[in-house]
Amino acid sequence: MSDPIVTVDEVTKQFRDGTRALDGLSLTIPRGIIYGLLGPNGAGKTTLIRILATLLRPDSGTVRIAGFDVTRHPTAVRDRIGLAGQFAAVDDHLTGRENIAMIGRLYGLPRREANARTEQVLQRIHLADAADRPVRTYSGGMRRRIDLAASLVGRPQVLFLDEPTTGVDPASRQDLWHLVRDLAAEGTTVLLTTQYLDEADQLAGRIAVINHGRLLTEGTATELKDRTGGAVVELDIAAGQRDVTLRALEPLDAQFATDRGRIVLPAPDGPLTLRHALRLLDQADITPTDVALHRPTLDDVFLTLTRPNTTDRIAARRAA
Amino acid sequence: MTTATISRRRFGRALTHTGVITRRNLLANVRLLDVLILSTVQPIVFMLMFLYVFGGAIQGALPPAAQGEYVYWLLPGILAQSAVFGSAPTAYGLNNDRAKGVLDRFRSLPMARSAVLTGRTLSDLVRSTFILGLQLVVGVALGFRWHNGIGGVVAAIGVALAFGYACSWLMAFIGLTIVNSEAIQAAIYLVVFPMTLTSSVFLPTRTMPGWLQAFAEHQPITIVANALRGLTLGQGALPTGHTVTGETLLALAWTAGLLAVFAPLAIRRYRRNAN
Ligand SMILES: Nc1ncnc2c1ncn2[C@@H]1O[C@H](COP(=O)(O)OP(=O)(O)O)[C@@H](O)[C@H]1O
Ligand SMILES: [Mg+2]
Repeated sequence: MSDPIVTVDEVTKQFRDGTRALDGLSLTIPRGIIYGLLGPNGAGKTTLIRILATLLRPDSGTVRIAGFDVTRHPTAVRDRIGLAGQFAAVDDHLTGRENIAMIGRLYGLPRREANARTEQVLQRIHLADAADRPVRTYSGGMRRRIDLAASLVGRPQVLFLDEPTTGVDPASRQDLWHLVRDLAAEGTTVLLTTQYLDEADQLAGRIAVINHGRLLTEGTATELKDRTGGAVVELDIAAGQRDVTLRALEPLDAQFATDRGRIVLPAPDGPLTLRHALRLLDQADITPTDVALHRPTLDDVFLTLTRPNTTDRIAARRAA
Repeated sequence: MTTATISRRRFGRALTHTGVITRRNLLANVRLLDVLILSTVQPIVFMLMFLYVFGGAIQGALPPAAQGEYVYWLLPGILAQSAVFGSAPTAYGLNNDRAKGVLDRFRSLPMARSAVLTGRTLSDLVRSTFILGLQLVVGVALGFRWHNGIGGVVAAIGVALAFGYACSWLMAFIGLTIVNSEAIQAAIYLVVFPMTLTSSVFLPTRTMPGWLQAFAEHQPITIVANALRGLTLGQGALPTGHTVTGETLLALAWTAGLLAVFAPLAIRRYRRNAN
């Protein structure tokens, strides 16, 4: 494999109010892939993107992009990156075309080339029809696309997309996914952050899961799922019995998955774990209304990883 | 490549980027038609209001060069005031760009670091030029006549705009330092209104109580207003002991001082990876 295009080494960032947004984070991103940075709200995703985009300096640690140190050679880095932040940074009173052409000029393109390049990216984001309307008349999804197009106009080697599909309707989300895949296919490295596990699963060649500014796990979606233990058991339990169940299944690290309304537990030994779980339930005189054993989704990975100490416990149980 | 060509290229890039940003800000001004109209009408209404409310009461206190007409006193003062007020949008504009994430985008681009601020201050300068020109026209329609030739008028407008431009850098610093836009507004009103009211913009400072007079006579807005009066109406419009050249040089010194302090501070604020 060629040199990684982004290397983040032991990066720490503490804000003035004491919040430690990044806490010794290390990552490497290979050239030409879509890299998913996954984490809940407040995990440190935006802080990392801002450091990569030369907007914030890390307190310690080093970050290199295409071989250039972000603090020592920021201009060289800026020449090679594109940024679409968490909120579309577009000018409402300019048209879509003017917005993009302006950024093209600021990337250093001569006027004619900026205009030609603007035309290309407008075609690519399918906004050529609306391009001459002021952005203030655009929908949220269209603003996002203009913002993304503006970050593409300088032909960046690395594109940073901070939660590109948050608050975007499903159709626009599909469009964005297509666009991101096409860009990666042409050789652009894309780092995208997301809170949506399905998004990382669908798009990203590699995924890093972070929380509290620390790396929880990193790898391909398949590797992450395997590491969670190959399978999970999912139980549907009457709401009144939830707490009793969690207590009964405590030895198996059962957790309540709030978003699904179900109890989930890792099943490293597949059906054997399921049998064990059912025996514990039987002893506690609990009957689930539904039981499933399946390959973990990224939701399960996340649920397992963000629980304090579980990784250690899974490892310990495996070793035992 | 020699160092000279590199720095010349860098300068060229800074100029291009400044032009791009200036144009962007001016386009926004022109397209926000309601804001454009209101912000043009407001200084004129202001001027008429002072002219007719204060005019009658003040005539006796005016120097001979005013020929007993308040408009002679007021117009140069109002031009000085408008140049200062015209710098406030620099703070709002930058604050808004920052709130919208536009500043972050600019900071992530391989742009000249100064371009966003020079572009913003220049577009506000263009706007002030337009407003001062309009006020001059309205002033003339209401009876103002210059005694020092058109050169004096052009020089006066130049001094006013230069001072306003320097104030824009102070406003840039404020706009980048204070995050909350309402706090910015409060800070500006707290400073700009008292400063213009305790100056010679509306009234000769002679009528103020002694302790205030000492401040009012020496504060920069008075000096700029005096310089404009001297340049348009001649020596007779100035308090005794003051010369047209002296006031003009002092006004330019204040301009240079403000620029020397606040341009580097504002640029540093901008570069500093805020929050
Ligand atoms: N400017 C700031 N000042 C203080 N704390 C901040 C600032 N920006 C972010 N934080 C805090 O740092 C942590 C990480 O934030 P962020 O990187 O925005 O997370 P994410 O993008 O993953 O939601 C959060 O606890 C957040 O409150
Ligand atoms: Mg974020």
